[in-house]
Amino acid sequence: MLYIKCPHCGMRSQNEFSYGGDATVKRPELNSEVSDHDWDNFVYNRKSLRGKHWELWQHISGCRQWIKVERDTATHEIFNTLKAHEEISK
Amino acid sequence: MNQKFRLENVGLINRDKKLSFKFNGVAYHGYEGDTLASALIANGVHLVGRSFKYHRPRGFFGAGVDEPYAIVQLFRNGETEPNIKATEQELFEGLEATSVNCWPNVNFDIGAINNFLKIFLPAGFYYKTFMWPKSFWYKLYEPFIRKAAGLGVASTKHDKERYEHKYEYCDLLIAGSGPSGLASAYAAAKNGARVILAEDKARHGGTLLTSDVNIGNQSGKEWAEGIISELKKMPNVIVKNRSQVFGYYDHNMMVMSERISDHLPKTKKFHPKQRLWYIRAKEVLISSGSIERPIVFGNNDTPGVMLSSAAKEYLKVYGVLVGRNPIVFTNNDSGYETAIEFKKNGVDPIILDTRKDPQSEIVDEAKNLGINIKLSYVVVAAQGYKKVKSADISKISDNKEQLGAIENIKCDCICVSGFWTPTIHLASQSGNKTKFNEDIDAFVPGISKQNETTLGAANGSYTLEETLKSSLEASYELSNKITNNDNKISFPNVFEKKSTTHDKFWCVPLPEGKNYKRFLDFQNDVAVSDVEIALKEGYRSIEHVKRYTTLGMATDQGKTSNLNGLQLVSKIENKVVPNVGHTTFRPPYTPVSIGAIVGREVGKHSKPTRKSPMHSWHEKNNAVFVDAGVWLRPRYYKRGNENLFEGSKREAKNVRTNVGVCDVTTLGKIDIKGPDAAELLNRVYTNAWLKLPVGKARYGVMLREDGIVMDDGTTTRISENHYHMTTTTAQAANVLSHLEYYLQLIWPELNVNVVSTTEQWAGAAIAGPKSRNLLQKLFPKSDVSNEGLPFMGYLEGDLFGVKARIFRISFSGELAYEINVESDNGNFMWEKIIEVGEEFKIQPYGTEALSTLRIEMGHVAGSELDGRTIPYDNSLEGLLSKKKDFIGKRSLAREAFVAEDRQKVVGVVPLDKKTSIPEGSHLVKDSKAPLPNPKLGYISASCWSVEHDNPFSLAILKDGKNMIGEKLFVMSPLKNKVIPVEIVSSHYVDPKGERVRS
Ligand SMILES: [Zn+2]
Repeated sequence: MLYIKCPHCGMRSQNEFSYGGDATVKRPELNSEVSDHDWDNFVYNRKSLRGKHWELWQHISGCRQWIKVERDTATHEIFNTLKAHEEISK
Repeated sequence: MNQKFRLENVGLINRDKKLSFKFNGVAYHGYEGDTLASALIANGVHLVGRSFKYHRPRGFFGAGVDEPYAIVQLFRNGETEPNIKATEQELFEGLEATSVNCWPNVNFDIGAINNFLKIFLPAGFYYKTFMWPKSFWYKLYEPFIRKAAGLGVASTKHDKERYEHKYEYCDLLIAGSGPSGLASAYAAAKNGARVILAEDKARHGGTLLTSDVNIGNQSGKEWAEGIISELKKMPNVIVKNRSQVFGYYDHNMMVMSERISDHLPKTKKFHPKQRLWYIRAKEVLISSGSIERPIVFGNNDTPGVMLSSAAKEYLKVYGVLVGRNPIVFTNNDSGYETAIEFKKNGVDPIILDTRKDPQSEIVDEAKNLGINIKLSYVVVAAQGYKKVKSADISKISDNKEQLGAIENIKCDCICVSGFWTPTIHLASQSGNKTKFNEDIDAFVPGISKQNETTLGAANGSYTLEETLKSSLEASYELSNKITNNDNKISFPNVFEKKSTTHDKFWCVPLPEGKNYKRFLDFQNDVAVSDVEIALKEGYRSIEHVKRYTTLGMATDQGKTSNLNGLQLVSKIENKVVPNVGHTTFRPPYTPVSIGAIVGREVGKHSKPTRKSPMHSWHEKNNAVFVDAGVWLRPRYYKRGNENLFEGSKREAKNVRTNVGVCDVTTLGKIDIKGPDAAELLNRVYTNAWLKLPVGKARYGVMLREDGIVMDDGTTTRISENHYHMTTTTAQAANVLSHLEYYLQLIWPELNVNVVSTTEQWAGAAIAGPKSRNLLQKLFPKSDVSNEGLPFMGYLEGDLFGVKARIFRISFSGELAYEINVESDNGNFMWEKIIEVGEEFKIQPYGTEALSTLRIEMGHVAGSELDGRTIPYDNSLEGLLSKKKDFIGKRSLAREAFVAEDRQKVVGVVPLDKKTSIPEGSHLVKDSKAPLPNPKLGYISASCWSVEHDNPFSLAILKDGKNMIGEKLFVMSPLKNKVIPVEIVSSHYVDPKGERVRS
């Protein structure tokens, strides 16, 4: 069971969280023109990365905040966690 | 029967408490503190089971978790449990156990015929032997294998025992309380760390209980007892026995199973049988010790052949002799220690040592005691069927390849020591890349992956002095890092006899002309010849060899067999052992009961059961309940002998003619506040929300980004910046997360807060032509006329002194209202509605009538909004705003979603107006068309229309828009039904929707 540092609550076990997918996906702006190709990429196309990956988790049984977690998908090592509004630094 | 192999004045058992027990129906006695194994050996019983494949007689091989043979079926307090190791099961008064793997009984076993047919059961027998002819499989092979295989029988009864889960946090978790674990725990505890010390066995101390050593001025055993009693008094220490740390998971999550009641005849009241601990440890110290490994020789599975360390433990801990005429067969000094203990207790052992000229303090002591020592000698084969009677022994050449003349000597047990294998399972589970240590011929932990440190014998350190020193130091440093304290324990004087190096010998060659089985894996009956076959057949990877031969795959996970298996593969392949590598260690280290894993989450407790505040009223009024997610909801209120069909029809009809009341507390409710609340709703719902006035409700549909309908419901504007959203019962949690996702991540600029209020409000829907009359009587001070409270209107009212929210919304298609009060007042509200409604012939109605009402109205719900349909499919396209963007809008322009013949919801009526239509059935054009018959759609929901008094269903049908009036067939292969039907509008009742506005 992973041990995730919620930036609001501190170290908490995985069973308090729910997984929310790739954190690097950007939703197209409302009312903007989006091509089929770009929209498909936003809705459906995800990379199944092996290694470091920024992903979303929601602390559903805690503060209910969505957070960003940098995790190695192969080793489960967690390197960094950010609040929802904090930008991922590349 | 007397305990003729019990010694007097030796051992740690409680001789004041005699216990009676039965094995295979025979009554015996033992003492408190015995294991089932030690008590049986005390009574001279060595035949405990039959082997898995060949059904050869099997006895005891070890004295603890490493035991591969002595697996029994246990009977305790009216329950039975399979796969229990006799070496771990503590004796209690009235214990009963039987052998497994034998039929009809352990003395005469029909499966033993496999032993003579072993040519048919070589490596890979699972895969090739029973493959043909195919017809034989079901009739002959499978029933035979099922009868013959297995390690006992699981109970089919409900387990009455209670199992618990516990979460714990600590600075240091120490797995194993031998010398290393005790020293580590003591050093860390004295340095202020929060420590959990876990011991698998009943007694703490590990090898200190059996070794002839001194620490300070005390014997090893006294020192261990002193440390334990001191640790138990410290508030920062949890000391546990009968607790196996069996799994090392991610981020230093350790799982431990504590056997709280297994050693008692019966679980005490309010006690669990077992407890599963989830422990998050900052640091883990693995002090799991080592397991002696066997030397491989002919018939080395005969009862009476056992590990020399086990023989010593039976003697020193339990006061039991495993034999009166022992041979000790060893390649190192450990065998001598066992022989010395025999000698000190009046038994004359013979030592066969594979070494030519060992020199050490231990060897000298054995010589001084006058023990018969034969150097450069091996046991070639054990003789005897159900018990060792003699041994064929021989000199062995210096290159260990040639045997001399075979001599036969009498003996009643053979105690084997092939040196020690560190127990590295936990370290390996953690991800530690293990390395091969040539000095001890075994793998030891390498670089730590997580915060784990392996110490003592588990790390290949086999002297007490080195073990204590390294453990005290490591534990001080780790605890200092956590606590910043600086209390160091001074290192005690240690006295232990010095030993010399072991001989790398591990397998006795076969004598000329003999074909003895030489077993590597005792539990799965894997012999040297099986591994040879696997390699001959081309298997190379150790993982493949393992699976093909089943070497190391049994419940003991190869604790005694792995290394000898590797030695054999490396010898045949001419590789060094580290290049062969070992197979992956996976949790659990020892078997864990399913009960402990499941814990309290059994049956109804696997999920919480939620009940509305009106639940007890429903119960008192004969409600028949149904599970709706985690909620219990009334399905119908039974009157007399009514069945579901009759009862729900009566309730639905009463709604259409008079008035009904339905508990709608389970609906999800979300409170939305903030200046941008309307903007949020406008983006989340498909229709327009910016102009909804205060005091008005609106129906809305929300989509996922892929255009699929996520949920529907009404949202009411309570005040300027305050909205009350309802969701379906099933989607309540998802919708809240959905809103939070967009507010926190996508549109953080919106100034809105959302919070679930599902539990805060109790809800009752009153529906039917007389519902307004009823409402007026409930709220005499409010204007609830069609003008005062129009369709989709909202009022706050006073219900006999209780504050209430009144929504004019309808799910049934009738004139209807929903009343919400604070949950605590729910029952009050309900009783008032029933009381006041009496004059209007009110009846409560359940979910079945609720479904009927909405289906015949063509009101889509969960069975149509099933995660596969878009708004058009549900005839909700009128709610799609063209002027604004919303979540999922862009997806609706996708090709398939705008296809001319896109599926759409329709009504379905059987031509005979009688046959009810099974939900989930398919719609086809031609019922006799060849398979696969093209499917045009499916039945999503069915009811008996109370308005038309005939069956009616909703369906999602291809090109539904143009299918009204068509004749099709409903086919249900499951129910073997073919029903001719007509497609009609989904709005079967009140198609213009006049009633809700009346
Ligand atoms: Zn949190």
